[in-house]
Amino acid sequence: MNKLRKLVLASLAVPLSIALAACSGGTGTPAASSDASSAPAGPKSGTLTVWCWDPAFNIYAMNEAAKIYNKANPDVKVEVVETPWDDLQTKLTTLAQSQETSQLPDIFLMQNNAFQKNVINYPDLFSDYSDSGVDFSQFPEGVTAYSMVDGKNYGLPFDAGTAITALRTDVIAEAGMKVSDFTDITWSDFIAKGKQVLAKTKKPLLSGQAGSSDLIMMMLQSAGASLFDAQGKPTITGNDALVKSIEVYKELVKSGVLVEVNSWDEYIASFVNSNVAGTINGVWILGSIQTAKDQSGKWALTNLPKLDGVSGATNYSANGGSSWAISANADHALAADFLKSTFAGSTELYDTILPSSGAVANWLPAAKSAVYAQPQEFFGGEAIFAKVLDFSAKVPKNNTGAYYYEGRDAVSAAITKILNGTDPAAALDEAQKAVEFAMK
Amino acid sequence: MSLTTIAPDGTSPSPGTTDARASRRAERRFGIAQRRNLTGWVFLIPAALLIAVMNFWPMFQAFLLSMQTGRGTRLKWADPLWYNYQRLFSDEIFKLTVQNTFIYLIIQVPIMLVVAMVLANLLNDPRLKFKGLWRTAIFLPCAVGLVSYSLVFRTMFATDGIVNDTLQAIGLVDSPVNWLGQPNTARFVIIVGLLWRWTGYNMVFYLAALQNLDRSTFEAARIDGAGPFKTFWYVTVPQLRPMILLTAIMSTNGTIQLFDESWNLTQGGPAYSTMTMSHYLYELSFQKNPNFGYAAALSYAILIMVAVLAAIQMKVGDKRD
Repeated sequence: MNKLRKLVLASLAVPLSIALAACSGGTGTPAASSDASSAPAGPKSGTLTVWCWDPAFNIYAMNEAAKIYNKANPDVKVEVVETPWDDLQTKLTTLAQSQETSQLPDIFLMQNNAFQKNVINYPDLFSDYSDSGVDFSQFPEGVTAYSMVDGKNYGLPFDAGTAITALRTDVIAEAGMKVSDFTDITWSDFIAKGKQVLAKTKKPLLSGQAGSSDLIMMMLQSAGASLFDAQGKPTITGNDALVKSIEVYKELVKSGVLVEVNSWDEYIASFVNSNVAGTINGVWILGSIQTAKDQSGKWALTNLPKLDGVSGATNYSANGGSSWAISANADHALAADFLKSTFAGSTELYDTILPSSGAVANWLPAAKSAVYAQPQEFFGGEAIFAKVLDFSAKVPKNNTGAYYYEGRDAVSAAITKILNGTDPAAALDEAQKAVEFAMK
Repeated sequence: MSLTTIAPDGTSPSPGTTDARASRRAERRFGIAQRRNLTGWVFLIPAALLIAVMNFWPMFQAFLLSMQTGRGTRLKWADPLWYNYQRLFSDEIFKLTVQNTFIYLIIQVPIMLVVAMVLANLLNDPRLKFKGLWRTAIFLPCAVGLVSYSLVFRTMFATDGIVNDTLQAIGLVDSPVNWLGQPNTARFVIIVGLLWRWTGYNMVFYLAALQNLDRSTFEAARIDGAGPFKTFWYVTVPQLRPMILLTAIMSTNGTIQLFDESWNLTQGGPAYSTMTMSHYLYELSFQKNPNFGYAAALSYAILIMVAVLAAIQMKVGDKRD
């Protein structure tokens, strides 16, 4: 009897859990509307579903864009579904793998570094921008390159990952230095000056997450180099820029100018708690820097140090950033028109979102706006956003390729080993093999 | 007739001629057997069907998938068919994750089971005061979400976390230990986390088993002059054998499929030295270039390992016959 009861219970419980699963699946992905208005001119109508992840940043920007678009097209409804990046990637993979493209939103945001991987593996998720009317020459070349596959644009750049060096002016002043001493310099200068600051103030200039190769990747891009050649083959061995970058990184850690921490929270805490005197990252890091209200007026921005003795080395780079993709399931005409008239055509939009969320535009015409020239109290009254925009136009483009994450992780592992004493050539050789293996 | 009296509805056979009665009885007898069978099947079928559709069918599909290769949706049959399995043997990262998983298994599971058994034995003492309190306290970690406890452990073992602060305050270390930044200490933290999270869970199984044991066996041991340790070793443990087998299989199974701790506590780092097999599987499917065929092969490798280990444990542990 006992056995029978268990079976009855099981047969009751299993359908219940299926029903639950079905419910949760249903609420997560509202079906995209597809009532397209065929008329090319005149106000449009319809609903656009958007997936993006940050309420204070890209969700906010999307909602502002919807307000602006609604002035001319009051019948268009934009529904933003908050979807964290990790979930978004998992959802896309699952939908593509199960061929359920009807569950896709009209527009979704994608990390620049993941763009090529997704377009190449799942071309049926995306529609390209060929007949959208968006003028991509109004975006920096280095930024559009992330979302270009076979010469076609699949993404409209949203936020810039333009890299900046942010420094605490009060701390470096103790060592008798100014921000101009850190502008247009090389990494060997930077390390020398960093040692002086460390000796005087006991504070390292930088902090970084151990086992993360973000800084290395920024150094690489600053010289237009990457871990892959134009054909997408890994070039981890025999990569002069990479070898130099790793040497610099090793020196930074050894000299104590860069202190390694273990998690992202610790990294943020290191400058918010004034334990380090600066940081190098994508410009989006300013959001975290500005959480320390007591440090207002004590920060300044400048460009990156450049690699010594590497051809094509510059003081400009990028880290992160994201672009808007139009899904294959979208009401393409409406979605394209919406993006074209907002993120690629409205200075008003960028004027609204910049001061309140720090979303630095990639759309070059926005730079002419007066808002960018406004002084920022937190950064000593300097017009930092105009400066960042100027940097972003100078970022060399490089090839991320479909295997960016494989390459990055292999190099991260190699760096960890090198710092623990493994011979760099051997560690990089191993990383090259790991990436080649992953690509087989 | 004995048969008629146990008919489910309790009715007696209807009257009739002897021949008709006989034939009808035969029919009826067949009918009862059939009806009983049918009842069984009716209760069995929904669950069986659901298990087949929700469990075995995907498993079969995963097996087919494991013989395909290609990125994303561009899958094609591998040549040879066992290519993905062959690939596992030359995958350095996979080998490292197997090694990591087995380090967790070999160190953590025995410690956990012994501690759980000792705790259960202590808590089973009838003279113990505040029994409920102790039991709750030890079982409580199981009520904590895997992700939240992993994050708490990460904070505790941060360079400026409470563990380092305490160690420095009592003078055990001079400078903070980089717990999560070195392979061995990071593995140590994961093992400590697992012990904290799962010991109480296993203890409950032992407690339940202990309560079913005959107290007279312990009294007999005491009368024979056995001390607490000898009683535990020669009287309690042998009687707990089925439960030890069960917990060992469950823990082995759980540890081999370990994911949350590797993912949340260390992200598999530094340099893959704490990554588990399941974490690598997830990475292959969703973070790197999606290689579902290879990931499916990996999941079958995990299945085979679990099955082999469970078989060995049953062979060694089950002495019923």
